[in-house]
Parts: sequence; C-alpha cells; structure tokens
Amino acid sequence: MSSEKPVMIEFRDVHKYYGDYHALRGINATIRAGEFFSLLGPSGCGKTTLLRTIAGFEGISSGAVMIGGEDMADVPANQRPTNMVFQSYAIFPHLTVAENVGFGLRKDPRTKAEKAKAVDEALGMVGLTGYGARAAHALSGGQRQRVALARALILKPKVLLLDEPLSALDKKMREQMQVELIKLQRQVGITFILVTHDQEEALVMSDRIAVMFEGQIAQLADPETLYRRPASRKVADFIGTMNFLPAKILSEAGGKVEVEAQGFGKMTLNADQVMSAEGAAGGATVGFRPETLTILFDGQATAEQHCDAVVEEVVYYGDMTYYDIKIQGCDSAVRLSMRNVFGRPVLEIGTKTRVAWSAGALVLFR
Amino acid sequence: MAQSAASQPSLPARAAPKRRSEAVNGLLMVSPTALYALLLLAAPLVTIFTYSFLTDGYLTVELTPTLGSYVEAWTNEVYRVVMLRSLGVAMAVTLVTVVLAFPIAYYVSFYVDPSRKSLWLFLITIPFWTSYLIRVFLWKVILGFNGVVNSGLMGLGLIDEPLTFLLYNTNSIVITLAHAYAPFAILPIFVALEKIDRSFLEAGRDLGESSFVTFLRVTLPLAMPGVISAVMIVFIPTIGDYVTPHLVGGPEGKMVANLVQVLYLKLDNYPLGSALAVSSMLLVGLVLMMAAMQLAIFGYVFKRIAGTTPLILAIFTALAAAQALLLLVVVLWLITDSAVLTVSLGAALHAVALVALRRKRSAL
Repeated sequence: MSSEKPVMIEFRDVHKYYGDYHALRGINATIRAGEFFSLLGPSGCGKTTLLRTIAGFEGISSGAVMIGGEDMADVPANQRPTNMVFQSYAIFPHLTVAENVGFGLRKDPRTKAEKAKAVDEALGMVGLTGYGARAAHALSGGQRQRVALARALILKPKVLLLDEPLSALDKKMREQMQVELIKLQRQVGITFILVTHDQEEALVMSDRIAVMFEGQIAQLADPETLYRRPASRKVADFIGTMNFLPAKILSEAGGKVEVEAQGFGKMTLNADQVMSAEGAAGGATVGFRPETLTILFDGQATAEQHCDAVVEEVVYYGDMTYYDIKIQGCDSAVRLSMRNVFGRPVLEIGTKTRVAWSAGALVLFR
Repeated sequence: MAQSAASQPSLPARAAPKRRSEAVNGLLMVSPTALYALLLLAAPLVTIFTYSFLTDGYLTVELTPTLGSYVEAWTNEVYRVVMLRSLGVAMAVTLVTVVLAFPIAYYVSFYVDPSRKSLWLFLITIPFWTSYLIRVFLWKVILGFNGVVNSGLMGLGLIDEPLTFLLYNTNSIVITLAHAYAPFAILPIFVALEKIDRSFLEAGRDLGESSFVTFLRVTLPLAMPGVISAVMIVFIPTIGDYVTPHLVGGPEGKMVANLVQVLYLKLDNYPLGSALAVSSMLLVGLVLMMAAMQLAIFGYVFKRIAGTTPLILAIFTALAAAQALLLLVVVLWLITDSAVLTVSLGAALHAVALVALRRKRSAL
C-alpha cells in the first residue's frame, strides 16, 4: 500500500567521511510520504549521522539527499522542510512552554492571536493543554518531549525527524509514548523518521525499518519481514532472539534447498528462506525464533515435524515461560518460548518432552 | 528483640550530643575565616562609616556628630565632578571590557577545539603573571608622548606631531583598566557559554532561524548570567580604582579614590574622606541595584514567568520604579546644579517609563 505514495526522501549513494573515518558508506534508500520509517542499529552505525544529513546539520561527502524530489545540497538547515525532535529535546530553558512551541512562528505572517491559538492547538495535540505559561525548566522528561514534538509539528514540516526521542524515558512512559507517537503520526499524516537502537521500539512503531551496521543499510524491510526473514545472520542476531543450529546442504534444485540440520534432520526450504551468513563464523546454519518451536504436552496431537528434547533451564516471565532445551542429537541448547495459557503446566528442569516445528518458520544462513 | 526495643529510646539522646559537637566543629572551622573577615573587612568599614558622621578638627577628629561632610561631598562641585567621572569611567570600562570580552569568550567556547580550550584560557590569564603596576607602566610606554603608538604613527607618516589625547586623561584610564580586567570578564562569559547545550543552537536553526537570529534569540539570553557577572566583576572594582588614574590619568583623570587619598593623607580630613568613600559605595550599590531591578522587571513583567501573581508584579514594578527614580535623581544632581530641575526631570522621565511599561504589559 505504501508503495503507491510518492517518494519523500531519497538517498543516492550517500557517503560521509569524518577525516579518515568512513561514517556512511553508500546509502541508497527511499522513504515514502506519510511513512513511519525507522533507522535501527547499534551505536556508531551511522544512523544518527544519516538523520542529521536530512536535517542539514551534517554535510555529505558525496552522493545526494533529496527531499520531495529536490536536491538538498545547497539548502541550509533552517530552510529545509524538516523539523527535529532532539535526543536531549533541546527545550529552551529561558522560555516558557508556549514560547518554546511558538519559537518557529516568528516569521509567520499570522497575527499574534492566531499564533497563540496555533500554539494552544499544538499543545492540545500532545496533551499539554494549559501548560503554556509554565517555565520550560520545570517540566518532567515526558513533558519536555511533548513540548519538543509540539514545537516541531506546529511548523507543519514535510518530514519529522526523531533522534532517539524515547531513550531518556522510563519503560512505562516509553511504551505509552510509543503508542501516542503512532497515533499522532496517523493523525497528522507527516513522514516520521525515527532513529533508535531499540529493536523492539522499531518493530512496534515503524511501517518500514532500515537496519544499519557500520555505515551501511544491512536490510530495509517491514517489521514482519525483518523479524521472520532477516537478510543475514547479523540482522538476525540484532533483532530479537534467534536460535542457530549447524546445517549441511544436501542438494539444490529449482530454487529449493535440501538441508540436514543438527537434531532436526532433513528438510526442504524455499528460495526465500535462504539468507546470507554474514556475521557468522563457520559454515551454514538454520535459524529459528523461540516461539516457532512448540512443546508437545501429553496427549497433544503430533505436529508435522517433531523430535525429543530435555528441558535444561526454565525462565518464568508470568505471561511467558522461556525454556532452554536440548534437542536429541544437538551439541547445544536452544531457547523456546511458550505462552502460559491457563491450565498449561510449567515444566521442570530435566523433564523429557517432545518439541514440534514447521519447516516454513526456519531460515537458512549460508 | 526486647533488648533492641529497650535500647531504641536512648538512640536520639546518644545522637544529640554528637550533632551539637558537629555544629561546634563547623563553627570552629569557619571561625578563622570569619574572624579574618570581621577584623579586616567589617571593622574598617564600620570605622569609615563612623568617621563620616564626625566633625573635622585641625589635625584631629572631633566626636561631635554631623552630616556636614555629606553635605560637602554632595554639594561641592569638585567632588561631584569627580564622582560623576568615576561613575562614567567605570561604566565605560565595563562596557568596553564586556563588549570586547564577549567575542573572545564566544570564540574560545564555540570555535576552539575542546582539547585546546585550557591552553587558550591559560594564555588569557598570562597578563596576570606580571605585576599590575608594570602593566600600567607599559601602557604609559605605549600611549606616551614618545610612546609606541605615536612613534609608530609618525614613522608611517600618518601624523606630523605626537597625539596628546592618548595619555593623561580618562581615555588612557579606560584603555588600561579594560585591558587589566579583560580576563575577569572573559572567564564568567566563557563559563556561561560553555554551559549552553549545543543542541539548543541546532534547534534554533531547525526551527527556521538563521545562525545570527539563533544567536540573538538563544545564545545571548542564555549567556546573560555570565555577562551580568562580568559587568559586576568589572564595574565594582574599577569605580574605586586608585593606581590607574594616579599613574595614567593626569590632572584631568582624578577619580574618587584619588580624592579620598588626598583627603585622608594630605589634608588630614578623615570625615570628608570617609563621607566620600561611603558615598561612592552607595553610588555603586544604587547602580547595581537598579540594574538588578531592571533585569527582574524584564523577567517578571515582559517574560511573564509562571507563578507571577499580580501582587508580585506590582511589588517588583514599584520597587524598580522607585530605584530608577532614586538613581535618576542622584545622577541628575551630580550633573546639574538645580535641585528643582533634577526632581522635575526625574519625575517626567519616571512617568514616561511607567506609561511605556503599562503599554508593554497590556500588549501581552
């Protein structure tokens, strides 16, 4: 659906050097209008640098950054159709909340009363109605962030840039703000670009995610694809938990690959399940998420493929239980997760059980 | 169990003597400094204050209380001119020093590589390594009749005879003092600038303002605490400076401190010297209080900081207006001879200020 929308931002082979340090190494990507797009990666991967090239705070060494089809090379930061929510929020401490929110309206031709109304509306949008007269330095972290949002959104930018906006909030507040940000984005329809190192946050909030390592985009996909079909071992390792078992490739024909994975035996995988082994040491592996492996309790119907295993470790989370189990014929334990449905027992260490899986949930890295 | 319950009531009793001894310890620890301050700061001040209300006799001080010295200090034209000059010189020095210090502090804070900032600050403080007297004498060498500036300009053929307005007047005092106090102004401004989160400047740019407007709307207001410190640090000592006007001021450049010295040591008139000293202290206090009040007005009236009730607003406005009026009267008294003119002018200006203030408020 998003592919029908026009392109808002385009990176054309963007390179950035800091002296000898190659911070961005050939970024090519397009971000569409109205998209909630995330740049995800470990610290130092260049995600913030890339965001700052959009805002105009960071020049690029070669390539082009286009916004709305226009090359931004000669457009200074204060003339770009972007606004930013800074990691530190950058709320001016010498101004009131209303003055902060109205900071960018100085050159706006509207009258004072109209501007004041716009400020009130912006504050209402972020749930801070009536806070206008407060001093900025008297706000809590969450309130500061809302002010920063209102201050940026009041200018109706084409693109809103968010530089790790939630990293300074506590867990509960963060989860609340994630939902609020998604709603806000739907409401205003502006393109949001979020920088984060938190994979969960990126999965929850984004329409599409670009995973970055060492100045390059390792994979650009929607959250589900990223989670189920990570393009490389490195991406798989970074996003969520994934188990890896050594595997041997037996034959390839017509895009299908026949492999033998340790403990799982022989199986046939489709071409879209075969990924790069980048970031892995050693030979081919098959990977699977903890929830794709299911414990078969007594009397449960036998699934398509299953094998015997022993519980080695139990981690109880309330809603979920994580088991480290050793599948017969495997060198190391794998982790699986079970929802604690009512009436289902939590197994004890040492319990012998059977686990079932489906070949479609596996990914081969080679 | 029972034992611990029994011992509990005795706990506060045991803790109390310890706390008392801590208080004694604290007093003992501050007492050398406190004694020092009392003996060397408070005692001389009280002495001067007392002297200023006594009568001057020939070679002695009589214990008859009088306000005569103050009347003399505030009406005799000589003292009035000198006090006004001191005020003017101190204001000029403050202005020149702070205006010149700001770009230096700004450059060091914003453009110097962080690893070299300490080196820069070190270099800025190097003038302190030589004695203040030597620095003043060096300015004499630079600005003198056959000094560096004059011989240089003559060597270049730009002037035919030496410039005489360089030395032995208030210009040379301002130049010398501005140089001497530069580090005192640079350092507080530098500290204030260092505290500014650089993302504020990016935010200003991001919200559509040019670098210059961002400087005016973000950097400058946030640097104001440093600028205010610099103003105080420069203004207060320079108004009472004694050595500089004595050495480079010439006959036209005498300041209050020089007169106080003459009155005390040459004319042996302790009461008048004391009255003059107290008057100049009052003047400094008035000027600074007024400046502070103006800033408070700025904060409370124009910026409408949260929690400003109409009562606070009224109190601040009244206080500031009263102080402004008081200072105006004093300054005009210093400038003019006519008390009537002074009061009427002051009242008129005060009325204008109040009207302007009211209009600004209703606009908000």
